[in-house]
Amino acid sequence: MKVVIIGAGVVGASIARVLSQYEGLEIHLLEKNADAGLGVSKANTSILHPGHEDEPDKYPLRAKLCIKGNRLWYQWTKELGIPAKWPGELMIAVEEEDMKVAEHYLELAQRNGVPGVRLVDHDELLKLEPNANPNAAGALWAPTAGLLSATMAAPALVENAVENGVRFHPETEVTGIKIEKGEVKGVETNRGFIEADIVINAAGLYSDKISKMAGIDYFTVHPRKGEYFIFDDDAEPKVTKIVHQTPTPITKGVYVITELNGGLMIGPTAQDLPEDAKEDTSTTREGLEFVWEWAQKLIKELPPRSMVIRTFAGLRPEPPDGRWIIDAYDDPWGFINAAGIRSPGFTSAPAIAYYIVEELIQGKLEIKLTRKSHWNPYRRALFFKSLPPEKQNELIKKNPAYGRVVCMCRGITEGDILDVINRMKRMGVKTITLDGIKMRTWPMVMAGTCQGSYCRIRIANIIARETGTPLWKVTLKGKGTEYGIGDIKVLLKEGVKENAE
Amino acid sequence: MQNEYDVVVIGGGPAGLAAAIKSKELGLKVLLIENREFIGGIPIQCVHPGFGLHYFREDLTGTEFIYRLIEKFREMEIEHYTNAHVLEIIPHSYRHKILKVVTEKGLLNIMTKTVIYATGARERHIFEIGITGHRVAGIYTAGEAQTMMDIYGIMPGKEIVIVGSGDVGLIMARRFTLEGAHVKAVIELMPYPGGLTRNIVQCLEDFGIPLYLSHAVTRVEGRKRVEKVIITKVDENLRPIPGTEKELECDTVVLAAGLVPYLKVIEKAGVIIDPATKGPVVNSYLETSVPGIFVAGNALVINDLVDYVVEQGEEAAMGAYEFVKNEGLSTVKWKKLVKGRNIRLVVPHYVSEAKDVMIYARVAKPEENIKLRFPEIGKEMRLPFVKPSEMIRIKLRKRDIAKAEDKITMEVVPNE
Repeated sequence: MKVVIIGAGVVGASIARVLSQYEGLEIHLLEKNADAGLGVSKANTSILHPGHEDEPDKYPLRAKLCIKGNRLWYQWTKELGIPAKWPGELMIAVEEEDMKVAEHYLELAQRNGVPGVRLVDHDELLKLEPNANPNAAGALWAPTAGLLSATMAAPALVENAVENGVRFHPETEVTGIKIEKGEVKGVETNRGFIEADIVINAAGLYSDKISKMAGIDYFTVHPRKGEYFIFDDDAEPKVTKIVHQTPTPITKGVYVITELNGGLMIGPTAQDLPEDAKEDTSTTREGLEFVWEWAQKLIKELPPRSMVIRTFAGLRPEPPDGRWIIDAYDDPWGFINAAGIRSPGFTSAPAIAYYIVEELIQGKLEIKLTRKSHWNPYRRALFFKSLPPEKQNELIKKNPAYGRVVCMCRGITEGDILDVINRMKRMGVKTITLDGIKMRTWPMVMAGTCQGSYCRIRIANIIARETGTPLWKVTLKGKGTEYGIGDIKVLLKEGVKENAE
Repeated sequence: MQNEYDVVVIGGGPAGLAAAIKSKELGLKVLLIENREFIGGIPIQCVHPGFGLHYFREDLTGTEFIYRLIEKFREMEIEHYTNAHVLEIIPHSYRHKILKVVTEKGLLNIMTKTVIYATGARERHIFEIGITGHRVAGIYTAGEAQTMMDIYGIMPGKEIVIVGSGDVGLIMARRFTLEGAHVKAVIELMPYPGGLTRNIVQCLEDFGIPLYLSHAVTRVEGRKRVEKVIITKVDENLRPIPGTEKELECDTVVLAAGLVPYLKVIEKAGVIIDPATKGPVVNSYLETSVPGIFVAGNALVINDLVDYVVEQGEEAAMGAYEFVKNEGLSTVKWKKLVKGRNIRLVVPHYVSEAKDVMIYARVAKPEENIKLRFPEIGKEMRLPFVKPSEMIRIKLRKRDIAKAEDKITMEVVPNE
């Protein structure tokens, strides 16, 4: 049987990985961008939520799949070598009256079956998080919350899926879905037709558009923007726990975390954008000021503004009424939606994948799947910096490129970069991009104090050399984002040509 | 321990090369460590003139200037590693430091009596100066753009907006123009230009490039690559004035928004940093607060001229020599150089009557017809003007330093 998955974000990639455990499937994972995880999955808070923020009556799937996804990620991050940590989360009640809100979420935790959640008073809050706002009334403590390297997740999932037989098609945009006699037959793309018995729509912000192609057009997905600050790796104070506030009518909460790369991160905002603003990941002065103002209420003080090394914004796909659209249909048979996967979508992705494979494909569509006898759950990723000296020496002996430190802020070596490039090639990435390399390194290269002003050109040179591409043609994230415009004399030559004409 | 040195120089740019050459001339056992695959540092990519007027008494390009040092360094057969990176400096004892170094041959632990830290500066980038908008292709720091053009021979873009009118920004404006690009504007936050007057004339005025003073780039827009920037007037507190926004279409933004000493490794060794220079606090031997660790060049203080950088490299080498010879610098009474009226920064921070010392300072704001005064030692000199963009460099003689008790104030006062 042939399966096409549209979209290699964390949802599509998780589905691909779960499906790769079964025999007799020809699985095609389609991605319009140059690489996996370049859309919604790349820019978010990177939190693995405990699962106590979703009303089970209103959002049954969200409530059920978030807690399951949280558990699955614990296993998946280890299997796939995705950096993760499990510091737990404090929902801070800044004022005494906010404790009532915290109590509401305690009740949700009970109803959803989230383990270990309890209220803590002012003193215990400060014991758990010494840098919390010293005037806060208390907090709701959820010990199962985690953080992962969000940027590495989708690429790692796809890499492992490909290892297990999935075919990855980057730079492949779906332009139509072929349906005959109420059954899905395949997808039209910019690279030709791909036959399929089952088409799974995991197209994130564009999942409404894909669904329409299959004739299911009762919903739209609009983008909701979140803006963030990241501080330098050595900016103080930091937090050990994930910190946010009891939700208010104005904001669901700004988070303060110490991200896996080492720096403090604050955000996001939640600004609803018009339906056609699906590429607007621009930061705004207003959004950033909002984040700054709210984050200040959570910890004793923020590091100085001069220690900010990056601001960014990401978009979340918001479905009508906040309800995920995860379903299989009688007509067209074979079409499955995983659409409008808003928060807690990242956390839930592995559980969504199992839900689709077990409840929808095997359940609703009554397709019998058999597990493979051999399936490789592992992806081994080595990063020079995190190895002990003996291992580092071994690596350098084997490949001197590990002895060349390319990124001085974060100690990433040429060997690390070459390993990433090889992984990308093996996975089927056609265009090796600077962003693709950044997403797969840890700590992230070109993302430290100097934000690549020193090392970006060195990495671009390595890409050029390894792929036989002229240096100027190396891209940040695919076509249209070339590093340069040509040879140094390109404009003068053009001028001479124009003169001659 | 593979080896033991008198001095290890970290960084193979002008400060490091000068320090290594001088160290060897003084008879020290010296090793130089460079992160890139070649020595020479940033001047290699500076194909414009204006280098060497003080040091060689000739007007050279950056490339010519640095090749004179590189050739000397090679002739002297000074031991060095390229493609090597210092992870850590451990101040093992007063007399010795251990350097943990990654090289292509493996990890090395290098023992040395002294260290000269000459790693230069890093460039401030778009996120540090609060520009919002899209994170797209076509945004470069000036140094990155210069490396692209004059090391690797590729063109970053066609329609250019430059942020910052320091010398780096001005020189890049001309450089882009000479390659056929259209520099639409240089945007400067302050009400006065950040670079030397000669560069304003030779790099902007000669080519008719507009300079917007008291303006900021507040936003970058574009889908995949830069399509335009929004510029805004700023008030006297440098805050954007609403309603003064203006769009400039361009495909490239070049950030020349200042340099910051790059100190990751010595910060971890415990060196104290001066918030004004953002470099280490040093004495007149350019020794930091960690004994035996010296610093020179843009890692010490952002200089205008490579000539000063080289001078500091040599000074640090002489400091290392004293340290090695006497197993530590002699105990003297250090007198603090205090920043008085209109002095924004000054190095070194401590001086003594043991030796003459060259001091480097910058004013906070431009002023005309002034006196530069050191009241405690009765020294003063008239100057027609001072500007933040032009570093003040003067020598204090030991006999003058001797006149002071425990501090020497440096101040700018009106000439009445």
